[in-house]
Amino acid sequence: METLSPVVPPRRPSVPRLAIGRTAATSLTPVLAGRGERLLGSSRRRRWADPIFRTTSLAFALTVIAMTAVIASVLFLRSAPARAAFGWGFLTSSTWDPVFEHFGVLPFVWGTLASSAIALLLALPLGLGAAICLSELLPTRWSDPAAFLIELLVAVPSVVYGLVGVFVLVPLMRNIEGILQSTLGFLPIFAGPAYGIGLLTAGILLAVMIVPFVVTISREVLLAVPRAQRDAALALGATRWETVRHVVVPYARSGILGSVFLALARALGETMAVTMVIGNRPEISASLFAPAHTMAAVLANEFTEATGDVYLAALVEVALVLFVITIVVNALARLLILTVRAPDPARV
Amino acid sequence: MTAHDLRRRQVERLMFAATMLAAATTLGVLFFLLGYIAWQGATSVSWAFLTRLPAPVGEPGGGMANAIVGSGKLLLIAGLVGIPVGFLGGVYLSEYGRGPIAFSVRYAADVLNGVPSIVIGVTAYALLVVPFKHFSTLAGGVALGLMMIPVSLRTTEEFLRMVPDSLREASLALGAPRWVTIVRVVIPAAMRGILAGILLSLARVAGETAPLLFTAFGNRFWSEGWLQPTASLPVMIFTYAIAPYDDWHRQAWAGALVLLTLVLGANILARMVLVRSGGLGRSS
Repeated sequence: METLSPVVPPRRPSVPRLAIGRTAATSLTPVLAGRGERLLGSSRRRRWADPIFRTTSLAFALTVIAMTAVIASVLFLRSAPARAAFGWGFLTSSTWDPVFEHFGVLPFVWGTLASSAIALLLALPLGLGAAICLSELLPTRWSDPAAFLIELLVAVPSVVYGLVGVFVLVPLMRNIEGILQSTLGFLPIFAGPAYGIGLLTAGILLAVMIVPFVVTISREVLLAVPRAQRDAALALGATRWETVRHVVVPYARSGILGSVFLALARALGETMAVTMVIGNRPEISASLFAPAHTMAAVLANEFTEATGDVYLAALVEVALVLFVITIVVNALARLLILTVRAPDPARV
Repeated sequence: MTAHDLRRRQVERLMFAATMLAAATTLGVLFFLLGYIAWQGATSVSWAFLTRLPAPVGEPGGGMANAIVGSGKLLLIAGLVGIPVGFLGGVYLSEYGRGPIAFSVRYAADVLNGVPSIVIGVTAYALLVVPFKHFSTLAGGVALGLMMIPVSLRTTEEFLRMVPDSLREASLALGAPRWVTIVRVVIPAAMRGILAGILLSLARVAGETAPLLFTAFGNRFWSEGWLQPTASLPVMIFTYAIAPYDDWHRQAWAGALVLLTLVLGANILARMVLVRSGGLGRSS
């Protein structure tokens, strides 16, 4: 608060006001604004300044919409040659052959979905468990610093995760995969040579990256469950675990699901860490040990060396498919989180 | 106590132990990650690393000075693109934002927030690399700027909303027009939070690699001006990590330590400011 205005010296923003205060104020402000102008006598500048300020800020706000629209249209227009050449077959073909210019997105969709699915399978129980521990078990003087540290993990750049993946996780996975293969190798998912790089490694690394999302958002949703819900269950003789299991978690279910979808959206679009450990081979294999490829990874690897218009357009179409998938997943996530955060007087 | 009750007790203890284990695992990964990078990085980082250009392939030594400066230049452009849009857009949403336009802006920001960074890179490539016919600092910075917008927009809006309406009313009642009220009363009151939000959004894009791969590209020398390709810390770490030379791997670890220190430092600083002003403590 260095540059205090001479009009009103606000020391610090206080707690947000209740909804009632806000609506009353909004109905008052136009009256006051008009009044002030009339009292002071409106010069030309005074009359125009308000609309100008409003329009300027509106213009910048609209830029956000424009930029989103630009991204969508650039992807759509630039992929035109590929869409003309392959049509809907692009989505169902599993050939990716730059030499003969036959392109299909299926191996990348498979790699993206499979690695994300593995990540979710691992991250959901881990993240939800940690969130329950932080919100239900530990006192806040322990859980707040822990939650703070876990939130920091969200900020770690993905290339750093990739670096640790390449030099720590891959050698580790080579050993683990070797053991799995010699004991459970008769199952197709554990068949094939254990390189250390591949679908499973990518899934595990992604899981490490998205766990903080699940923990952070799930914890928030769990903390938002009204105290009365817990008290009622405990008063009926439920143990604390039964309260969590049958009352708290079901109450927060859609919010938790929302956090999972947000984490999924992040996993789907993750590029660097994945491309460093997945092996980058566009094949669909039943084995978890096999190298695979994802939509984001193929863009990172081949975009700068794409020769020919169709090749480049095919890559842009891959980006378009990825764009559409993540938008759908994100929209679902926001919808689910909204249903929890929206005030529901009947339940409080 | 009946056998049934005893079993319920045991289930409770077992399940809570499992959640403890989950929390411990998550925190364990964090400490391992930070510790390992600190250890690997600290044994590789040196004064030369911070001040020298990369050495030719096969020659030991050299540093990433150009990448550190390159990242700074990229962040400068990103800030020039992202901060005005995020800040003024946030002002609009908070002070005038009702109705369908505001809803669409918020929705677009959410969509933009979810767009994979590599897709933003593809767009920046099509718009700013293809017309100029070469990779550039400008294209990379704009790509990062686009990624800053959603976070800075929403945090600005949220902090402005936390300013009590009584302040606005008091200013308006004294005869100040709406825009003076916003510029001299509302924004100063929320300034700390807004700055923290902007810092968080800068920290978020500082570690981005994917959108730079085919916009800023990379450069083993100093980048001349703003329309030439430039090295950046994240891309350099990536290139060095997947290269087959041990010396480069060590440099990648040193780079990771530098990057992580900057990003986490900015995060901790921003969050401390936020906690003290009673605001939200989350970036996403």
